[in-house]
Amino acid sequence: MNSTQHSELLDNIIRGTSLWEDALYRLRQNKLAMIGMVYLIFMVIICLLTPWIAPYGYEEQNLRLGAVPPNAEHWLGTDTFGRDMLTRILYGGRLSLLVGFIATAVALVIGVTYGAIAGYAGGKTDNVMMRLVDIFYALPYMIFIILLMVVFGRNLLLLFLAIGAVEWLVMARIVRGQIQSLRQQEYVEAAMSLGLSPAAIIIKHLIPNALGPVIVYTTLTIPNVMLLEAFLSFLGLGIQPPQSSWGVLISYGVETMEEYPWLLIFPGLVLTLTLFALNFLGDGLRDALDPKASKD
Amino acid sequence: MWRFIGFRVLQAIPVILSVITVTFFLVRAAPGGPFDTEKAVSEQVRAVLEARYQLDLPLHEQYLSYLGDLFKGDMGPSFYYPGRSVNDLIFQGLPITAELGFYALVFALFIGSLAGVFAALKPNSAQDYVPMSIAMVGICMPSFLLGPLLVLVFGIWLDVMPISGWGNSPGDKVLPSITLGAMYAAYIARLSRSGMLEVMNQDYLRTARAKGLPEHVVVLKHALRGGLLPVISYLGPAFAALLSGSFVVETVFQIPGLGRFYIQAAFNRDYTMILGTTVFLSTLIVVFNLLSDIVAAWLNPRLRYQFRN
Amino acid sequence: MSLLSVDNLSVHFHTRNGIVRAVDGISFNVEAGKTFAIIGESGSGKSVACYSILGLVPMPPGRFESGQVMFQGQDLLSLSEKELRKVRGKGISIIFQDPMTTLNPFLKIGDQLIEPLRQHFGMDKKQAWQKGIEILEEVGIKNAAQRMNAWPFEFSGGMRQRVVIAMALVTEPEIIIADEPTTALDVTVQAQILKLLKELQERRNIGVIFISHDLSVVSDIADEIAVMQSGVFVEKGNCDSIFNAPQHEYTRKLLAAVPSEQKIHSYDADEVLIRVEDVSVEFAGAKGLETIKAVSNVSIDIRKEEILGLVGESGSGKSTLGRTILRLLEPSSGKVIYDGRNISHYSSSQMKPLRRQVQMIFQDPYASLNPRMTVYDTLAEPLLLHRICSKKELDETVFALMDSVGLARESVLRYPHEFSGGQRQRIAIGRAIATKPSFIVADEPVSALDVTIQAQILDLLLKLVEEYHLTMLFISHDLGVVRYLSDRIVVMHDGKLVETGSVEDVFDNPSQEYTRSLLNAIPGKTLLSTEQVQSTGDF
Repeated sequence: MNSTQHSELLDNIIRGTSLWEDALYRLRQNKLAMIGMVYLIFMVIICLLTPWIAPYGYEEQNLRLGAVPPNAEHWLGTDTFGRDMLTRILYGGRLSLLVGFIATAVALVIGVTYGAIAGYAGGKTDNVMMRLVDIFYALPYMIFIILLMVVFGRNLLLLFLAIGAVEWLVMARIVRGQIQSLRQQEYVEAAMSLGLSPAAIIIKHLIPNALGPVIVYTTLTIPNVMLLEAFLSFLGLGIQPPQSSWGVLISYGVETMEEYPWLLIFPGLVLTLTLFALNFLGDGLRDALDPKASKD
Repeated sequence: MWRFIGFRVLQAIPVILSVITVTFFLVRAAPGGPFDTEKAVSEQVRAVLEARYQLDLPLHEQYLSYLGDLFKGDMGPSFYYPGRSVNDLIFQGLPITAELGFYALVFALFIGSLAGVFAALKPNSAQDYVPMSIAMVGICMPSFLLGPLLVLVFGIWLDVMPISGWGNSPGDKVLPSITLGAMYAAYIARLSRSGMLEVMNQDYLRTARAKGLPEHVVVLKHALRGGLLPVISYLGPAFAALLSGSFVVETVFQIPGLGRFYIQAAFNRDYTMILGTTVFLSTLIVVFNLLSDIVAAWLNPRLRYQFRN
Repeated sequence: MSLLSVDNLSVHFHTRNGIVRAVDGISFNVEAGKTFAIIGESGSGKSVACYSILGLVPMPPGRFESGQVMFQGQDLLSLSEKELRKVRGKGISIIFQDPMTTLNPFLKIGDQLIEPLRQHFGMDKKQAWQKGIEILEEVGIKNAAQRMNAWPFEFSGGMRQRVVIAMALVTEPEIIIADEPTTALDVTVQAQILKLLKELQERRNIGVIFISHDLSVVSDIADEIAVMQSGVFVEKGNCDSIFNAPQHEYTRKLLAAVPSEQKIHSYDADEVLIRVEDVSVEFAGAKGLETIKAVSNVSIDIRKEEILGLVGESGSGKSTLGRTILRLLEPSSGKVIYDGRNISHYSSSQMKPLRRQVQMIFQDPYASLNPRMTVYDTLAEPLLLHRICSKKELDETVFALMDSVGLARESVLRYPHEFSGGQRQRIAIGRAIATKPSFIVADEPVSALDVTIQAQILDLLLKLVEEYHLTMLFISHDLGVVRYLSDRIVVMHDGKLVETGSVEDVFDNPSQEYTRSLLNAIPGKTLLSTEQVQSTGDF
């Protein structure tokens, strides 16, 4: 605003609260979601810094020590090779979170693009595109991921792609539904009657209003993806030693749980807490961004 | 209604056919044949073996002959277990997996919808928070963690439950069923809660109360049908998820079911077995999705009416 | 002895943001065979007052602060939930507003209808079913025995409301609370339902509490009227005294908001701005269904600087026609000629320069504004798009626009959800006139608003029409509003044009049967005539 003339008025102007600010306020009020967010930020930071802050080296063995329960030197104990569990959990977290974020990003990109195109195109294009999604959706994707891992070997990139490729379906459906219902909103019609170009309508009117559910669903996809990775790793079909993830650690812990229960309990606890945090944050975001949908 | 069912069945056929095709070529595209493993086989033996399993034919002929056999219900011999057919193996594992899945689903449906409906009756109270927090744990605690933990606590520390097997000792079916069902119980609880909350806000419930109906009639007769509809629609996908979940549970509890065979086949590169199981399970899942859609449609009087006319 | 006597009833809501005095010390009596009407705008507390009597208001957050409600010798407020249930649906029944949502879609009509009988009289199913058939016949549903087995969605809105009424009557209650029972219905259906209610009331000597926002509807049926504002009765009296000698300022404001028969706009140009020639609009039906013809073979002329009222009930195709004229839809056949140019099949880029000249105002101001854009962004969008002003002048132009639609400049950076319905409609109007258009389609611009706000917005529209020399197509289902505003009227029914003519011709001398039935259905004849007498007296 050119403030010279309006300086007096500008003092009186009431700054409105946008829906985003409203949502942020509601999110801040939600204690569980905030705890989840703080936990996640903390987790991401220490996993990023692992190579510098980990108390021991990743491959550092101490065969003479063997498996010992938690103590002052090894806060979370050691495994049968005498490797520090805290260090291993931190390194495992790097991979687990990485898979979670990257595979979700893959799902996000494919899903949003596909859904937006189908939703905006409408008509026959939409019909064909969504029927295809229906067909994919009816497939037993778990079996296919296992199949892919078996056929093409267990490589990390393929894992990202495979998980991302199954998770995009729901995202595409959500985005398409959003775009479809937004297109029928009167403010989009109003924008059309003003003579706005389709690109401007998409950028100014459709995307900002479709963003909420996408953010929510993205947050809820990450825990799904991490579960899937852990599941595959547990079966021995995901991440392979010497690389490790929480799923690998849990799988290893299960084998030795009778004698050394801490090898199962600590990685299990970290995974569960992280999934908790993501789900609480996701639920909190949904309540904050779409207060009507939570219905209470 | 019949037209709807017919339409959906017609829709399912190309899905199953594409599953078969994709799986077939994926498996064939896998690097390394089934006889590359462990012991080296002489050229002669390999040729004999390949002829026996028709691997010497061109790919499209293999495909067609596989399709033909499949149509007759024959999924071919196992590559790994000589002399045994894939059919044998599948039907050996199937009853066990089906039984496990059934118990888990019943457990999940019963506990899940009960908890969800209860929570929805008094939203934002202890009656809501307690079951929903437990449900959240159920969702965040994967079966491969829950199973071992249950084994550790009840099987080893307390020593009150058998820790493995299926039908060998009394009570050995309890832990696997709970492990498998827990996550779905949690999902169903959340689904039925949100479904019920949605319905509880509808005007027609106010109408029912204004008639002077007691609250239990309002809930049971007027709210439940609409509120549990999402749960019915979820049953199809839940079934598919239960099957893949059984892979883990069968591994943890050493149950000789279909899932364990599948995982073993994956490790053993038993291609015919992988192919057969994939096709079989996919068909099963598609059929169950179909059934749950039909039930959901049938429960919705509006759809039912449209189909009748 | 009154059937029901409410004395000093107060219901407050204790919320986190403080106490809301929804109902604050109201008293009234309901007599057998009489109708007691409560008039109020949204949020006045009229529904809370009636629902709380039957324990249908959630408590907490609600709480009775004071009051006594005597019915059949007992104080309803002192009854337990279990005792109250014996009153609900038996002694006092409720007819709710929206018949599309008040019936359970998962249960057959018959099952829902006989529920109160089974509950309150313990009738066996067969007996109750028989009674249900009788009552359905009484409310005018044909083939009642078969219809008992039908699902709610098989009925039209009006028929559903008949079922709802039957459901309320089936236990032969002494009192019926009718909460806006006709608001969601078309005018002609509204007239039928009101007539039915009146007949049933007389036949059975029932006391009715009639809740409404619509003075004209109430004027036809009420014996006594209470005007409610912010939880209190600001005025109470019989029909005559309320309409002819209103005491309270708010009552006078409400009365003034009823559009009079006085015509207030006139034009004198004969030049045609828009010519619609034999236009049909078809929509492809769902798979397997035939195409739906929303508009068929309509021809009208819209003359420069006139306000043309387009009247029709829901499904008449009036909105579709409006959107086709603006070329938001493409006509399937026929021509739309704007200022001599045939724009029927213009592409969106061809239309763009024209978009500056033709604009639209929508019905629902909650839906027609992008919730994530401030007033500034909303108003600046058309200004920048059509280069109405330079970037430098933008602020000043936006402020000037806000002035002319009556919005405070201070609120320029606020978002739509921070405004009331009326203010939002002002923003939407501001957006429509931003480009200084010559033609505006106003699609039910006031039907989502409270009556007093309606009057303000109509006056604003009129002011703008004069100021900007606008031509306007005013679409509405409300004949009163159309008559108030328009120069000429077009009546549509089932996608076809029924009648065109000047306001006087159509209202005083309708040539078509449908128009006559529409006119007969207008509620508040008494109100209009008394008011006319009054206003002529004033002049």
